[in-house]
Formats: sequence, C-alpha cells, structure tokens
Amino acid sequence: MDFTFTEDQIAFRDAVSRFFMTEAAPEQLREVWETGAGRSAALRKKIAEQGLTALSVPEAEGGLGMGDIDWALMTQELGYYAIPDSLADTAYLAPGLLAGLPAGHALRAQWLPRVVDGSCRIAIGHPVNPWVADAHLADLLLMAHPVADGCELHAVPRAKVELTVLPSIDASRRLFEVRWHPDTETRVLDGVAGAPQWAATLDRAALNVGGQAIGLAQRMLDLATDYAAQRKQFGKPIGSFQAIKHHLADVVTEIEFARPVLYRAAAALAAGEPDASVRASHAKLACAAAAWTAARKAIQVHGAMGYTWEVDLQMFMKRAWVLDAAWGDRAFHRARLGAALLDAETLPSIGPGTTFA
Amino acid sequence: MDLTYTPEQQAFRAEVRAWLAAHAPRTPLQSYDTREGFEQHRAWEAELAEHGYSAITWPKELGGRGAGLIDWLVFEEEYWAADAPLRVNQNGLLLLAPTLMEFGTAEQKARFLPRTARCDDMWAQGWSEPNAGSDMASITSRAIRDGDHYVLNGQKTWSTRALFANWMFGLFRSDPESSRHHGLSYLLVPLDAEGITVRPIKALNGKFAFAEVFFKDVHVSVENRVGEEGQGWHVAMATAGFERGLLLRSPARYQRTAKRLVELYRRHRGEAAHDGTLRDAVLRAWMGAEAYTLSSYHTVARLQHGAKIGAESSTNKIFWSELDLDMHETAMHLLGARAELIDDPEVHEWLEGFLFAQAGPIYAGSNEIQRNIIAERMLGLPKN
Ligand SMILES: Cc1cc2nc3c(=O)[nH]c(=O)nc-3n(C[C@H](O)[C@H](O)[C@H](O)COP(=O)(O)OP(=O)(O)OC[C@H]3O[C@@H](n4cnc5c(N)ncnc54)[C@H](O)[C@@H]3O)c2cc1C
Repeated sequence: MDFTFTEDQIAFRDAVSRFFMTEAAPEQLREVWETGAGRSAALRKKIAEQGLTALSVPEAEGGLGMGDIDWALMTQELGYYAIPDSLADTAYLAPGLLAGLPAGHALRAQWLPRVVDGSCRIAIGHPVNPWVADAHLADLLLMAHPVADGCELHAVPRAKVELTVLPSIDASRRLFEVRWHPDTETRVLDGVAGAPQWAATLDRAALNVGGQAIGLAQRMLDLATDYAAQRKQFGKPIGSFQAIKHHLADVVTEIEFARPVLYRAAAALAAGEPDASVRASHAKLACAAAAWTAARKAIQVHGAMGYTWEVDLQMFMKRAWVLDAAWGDRAFHRARLGAALLDAETLPSIGPGTTFA
Repeated sequence: MDLTYTPEQQAFRAEVRAWLAAHAPRTPLQSYDTREGFEQHRAWEAELAEHGYSAITWPKELGGRGAGLIDWLVFEEEYWAADAPLRVNQNGLLLLAPTLMEFGTAEQKARFLPRTARCDDMWAQGWSEPNAGSDMASITSRAIRDGDHYVLNGQKTWSTRALFANWMFGLFRSDPESSRHHGLSYLLVPLDAEGITVRPIKALNGKFAFAEVFFKDVHVSVENRVGEEGQGWHVAMATAGFERGLLLRSPARYQRTAKRLVELYRRHRGEAAHDGTLRDAVLRAWMGAEAYTLSSYHTVARLQHGAKIGAESSTNKIFWSELDLDMHETAMHLLGARAELIDDPEVHEWLEGFLFAQAGPIYAGSNEIQRNIIAERMLGLPKN
C-alpha cells in the first residue's frame, strides 16, 4: 500500500511544469487566444517534444504507454497553466478511444503515431456534451452516435462536418455545434461495442477535467497569496488581516482534500475497477467545487483588481467556471453517485475498510 | 502507486476482525462520562491491551506490537466497523504517548507507557486555564522549583475526563519572571496528590465530561518533567500537532458515520424524498468521509517516504470537525421531529453525536486558530 507517486513521476511532472512556465506564460496565451483559431501550432510542436502527447499512447504505436495515474499528475499542470481543451482531447481521450480498438485496426496505425509527434488534433463529440471543443482545427473528429442498443463510434474527417462557432466567456475555449451524418464509412464500432468505450471516455474526461480544476484552484490560490503579501492597506500587507487569511486557508483545505480523491479515481480507472465511474464523478465534483471556491475567494482577495481584464486571475477563473459543467454538470455526476449509493437495490460496499477493497 | 495491502496486512486485518467479533462487547457500554461506564471502558481497554491491540504502533517492550501506520489504519477500520467502544484513554494513548516517545527519558517511557496501554493509568490533559484558551501562551499556573520537586499552584479547566483520570499531563510556568511561551515546563502530575481538587463541569449532554482542576501547593517530583525545564511550550506543541493531525481522529470513524447516514437515508427514503437537499447532503457525507480517508492514506504514504507532517495537520482538524458537524446535522434533518427524542433507539446515537460534534471546531485548537496557522505557516502570510 503506497498511495503516492514515484520520484520519476514527480520529476516528469516538474519538467512539464517548468516547460509551461516559460512557454505558456499568461501573456503568450493571451496573444494566442486573440487569434481567430486560438491555437498555436508552434506551441503544440514544443509540447510534443516534451513527450506530453506521447504519454497516453501505447508503446506499440510509438508512445510512452503510461496511463491514467500519470495523467492525473499532468492534467493538474494543464489547469495550472490554463492550457486549452484540445491538448487533453488529443493526447489523452483520443488515445484512450483509439487504443480501445482491436490491435491492428487501421485507425490506430493511422492516427496514434500522429498524436505522438504532435502533427494532428483530434476532437471528441460525446453525448454528455452538447458541443464539441476545438472542432475547427481537428484533423479527425471521434463522434458518438447513440442508437437503440448502445452508442456507435464514428471517425469523421473534418471535411465531412459543418460547424457553427459558439463564443464562450472563456477566451481559451473554441466551442462548436457540429452537424454531421453517420454512415457506414465513418462507423468504427457498432452500438454494443462502442458503448463501453464511450463510458470509459466519459470517466477519463471527468478525471481530466477534475485534475485541471485542481490545477486551476492551486494557481488562483498562488496568485491570491502573492497579491495578499504585496498589496498594502492601513499600512500593512492585506495578508496580515485575518479575514483574508481565512479566505485563503479555506481554499488550501478544500484543495488538500480533493487531490487524493483525484488520485484514487485515476487508480480506479487504470485498474478498471467496477466502481470507477463513482470515483470519477466524486473526483470531478470535489475538484470543480474547490476551483469555484478558489475563484470566489481569489477575486475577493484581489479587490477591484480581480474584476479587471488586465489581471491574469480572470483567465483562470473563467476556465474554472466553464469546466464545471463540461463532461457532465454537477447534477449529472451527483445523479451517478446517488444511483450507486442511495438508489441501488442493495447497500453498496461502503464504510470503514472499503476504500481500497 | 500500489493500492494493495500486503499479505501480512491482510492477515492482520483478518486477525483483528476475528478477534473483535469474538471479544467486542455485544451491547453498547454505558457512557464513559459516568462512573459505571468509565469502569466498563477501562475493563475493555485492559482486555485490548492483554491481546496487544491497545496501542499497536508502539514498540513491543512498551506494550505495543511495533506495527506500521498502514496497520494502524487497518486496525482502526476494523475497530470502527465492529462498532467497538470509544477509546476512553485517548489522551494518554494518542497525545501523551507520542510526546513521551519523542521527549521522554527511557525511565519515563518504561514507567508510564505500559501502564497507559493497559489503562492502569488514565490521563487528563491540562493545558487550558480560565484565561488561557486559544491563547495558551498566557498560562499562569505555576510550578516553582524547590530542590527535587516543583510546587504547583493555579487552575486548569475543561480537562476532559479528569474526574476519572489518575494522572494529568500539563503545562505550568516554571519561571515566574517569564511571559508567553517562554519559561513553561511540561509536567506529569498524579491527580491524587495532596492539594489537588477536581471539580466536574457538566457538558452540553448533561454529563460530567470535563472538569476544573485546582492546585494548592502541590508537590511534583522533578522526575515527572518531560523535556527540559522551560522548554514545555516546544514539547506541548509537538503534542498539539499529533492531536489535530492524523492520530486523534482516524478516518474510519467518519466512514462509519457516513455509512450509518446512508443507511438512515435508505430507511427513510420516502420521507426524505420531498427535500432534495437531504439527498445531496447524504452524498456529501460519503464524499467527505472518503476524501478524509484518501487524504490519510496519502499522508501516511508520504510519511513512509520520509516526509514530515507540518501545518497540514491544521487542514485535517478543520476538515474532520466540519465533516462531523455536517453529517450529524444531516441526520437531525432526516430524523425530523423525532430527532429530539433522546430515548428513541434510532435517534440516541445521532443525538449524542450531534451534541459532541458541536465541540469539534472548538477543542484541539479552534478552527479559527487552525486557519491562522494554515495561512501563516503553509502560505507564509505575515502575522498580524
Ligand atoms: C469538549 C471539549 C473538551 C476539551 N478538553 C480539554 C482538555 O482535555 N484539556 C484542555 O486543556 N482543554 C480542553 N478543552 C479546551 C479547549 O482546548 C479550548 O476550549 C480551546 O482551546 C478554545 O479556548 P476557549 O474555550 O477559551 O475559547 P476562546 O479562546 O475564548 O475562543 C472563543 C472564540 O474566539 C475565537 N478566537 C480566539 N482567539 C482567536 C484568534 N486569535 N483569532 C481568531 N479567533 C479567535 C475562537 O476561535 C473561538 O471561536 C476542551 C474543550 C472542549 C469543548
């Protein structure tokens, strides 16, 4: 029993963090976001060079073959540095779906090596999300098509979809309504085979968003702590006032008790545990709530500065706000918990001694 | 990350489970805040100790079995799952013992720890005074050195179970010229010593859960000092860390409460249906207890890799005390009008727990003080 990460995992995470700190600083991101496409091919190439896009691709296809547990660390960095959606969709969710195809399937050989070298973007259309993020630059869209006996998986080239952009309050977001027609040419898995793949994708996505939310919460806490130490009123740093201290202490506590939930969910997904969905929903709820608390407290600590476009806090708050309802809103995830814990015919295995059983 | 228990840990779990199934009292003991209940609890502690279950993480020669922290978590899980009695001597086992392990002499450890494991010695904690609560450094009770002993004068208060304890560990001002956290000494005081008066205080639940303790020219041997003279603050702070950290409140306690709450909800599903907030609160209880458990396992893993628990233990204190309140409030709402009926078998434990939960954010360092600690020591914000 060793519920923590290896030194290698931590070292990889730290390297990625240093990379984003220099290559994805807020002012650089703001510039990219102001362009119409909102994405930088140059940055994506550098990210690939760091090994991030290879992380979740099987070794047979040229990747590093790591799993959900490694991603649980990485996704926090994506949040901390406010990296836009397409990276996780391409580098984590798409490999999960593609690696779920039988070995030797043509799509695997066609796309997974391109994920690794950073030369493609893959967008994901899941029924839980009304819209598709980053569809405009996607080389491939993996689309779900619910049918009577399950949910089909379709691989749709960009040329076969029509898009309508839906501007978001989060300047990093690029959301699209996607119109497309499923046909036998695009169909990769039938409803029965596709359903478990889409279910697993939802759980991974919940983990991924949860991790980003915790990264965002940590970033907002750090920004607010720095501000509280520097800003003076009444002749002292505002961070010496107890009301300010207590705002920030609450954020610390909420983060502290959400992170291990994220890690447990990652381990459950990696091992394919039967209650992985419950763990994933718990992680998403706990982490997203921490991020909202962090946003609320951080803006309060910043005073009017926090309400400006200028101060970077807004970038992180807005991502925290929008990610809360991405990949299932709170009602959706609570309903999953409620079905398992409260409505199931027999009492599930809960209580002392069941957490790792 | 390895989330499997070793074969030894699994075997230990099975052994504890089987032993508790055979030995744990079948009917609940009376409250340990009554004389009769106290004696029942003391007998149970002696039985635990006889089989090496009283303090499993202590070294063998001191009455433990040298077990690791994962074993301790496992033991607690089995203990709470078995509905076994509350631990009456937790001050001695969880607060004094770690301090003695760190600061005590070999003689002190040998003299006190095995007796504490068996509950032959039952400990009260003597920190708070009428004018020294959160501001513990303003302690005025004195211990003036006179040759090979100290002479104690003053008053302690809120001392839990001091009515039934035979020993107290406490902080006294040994340098009368000193102020604040200087010049304090950490002393072990026999409560039957001449000059000590223990006056019980009735708590919210109507029981004599704590007491005032008065000292009038009480002689305490210098041998009973833990750590150096004048270093008592340092020694006491270490104990405070243990208390609000992992040891005092193991996660299994809250997992048991959360499970009971889920069961309560499931029994009263029909009545609860008209209030969606209740359903949500029950889910939050489960999530909170799970989060606390996971955080504890994560902390233990980090400790095993050589990390130290510092101010993070303050987040623990806030989390478990607020979780406990939230869970018991939810139970009260689920029980509705019946929640006040103390003899109702379904209500009794919830109501007792609800009252006790009120104290959680106050004792062991109030939650406001914990928030100050987090902001100053974890975030580095300036002191006021
Ligand atoms: C059930 C129970 C058992 C106890 N058992 C023991 C025991 O065995 N031994 C023992 O020594 N003591 C014991 N105590 C006492 C406990 O340690 C004190 O109650 C606690 O330290 C708070 O002190 P106080 O009650 O004097 O409250 P005060 O210090 O007067 O505080 C009152 C309120 O003011 C707030 N406050 C005080 N200072 C600050 C500050 N700097 N910043 C912000 N807010 C502040 C507090 O948070 C609290 O909300 C027990 C208490 C309870 C309730």
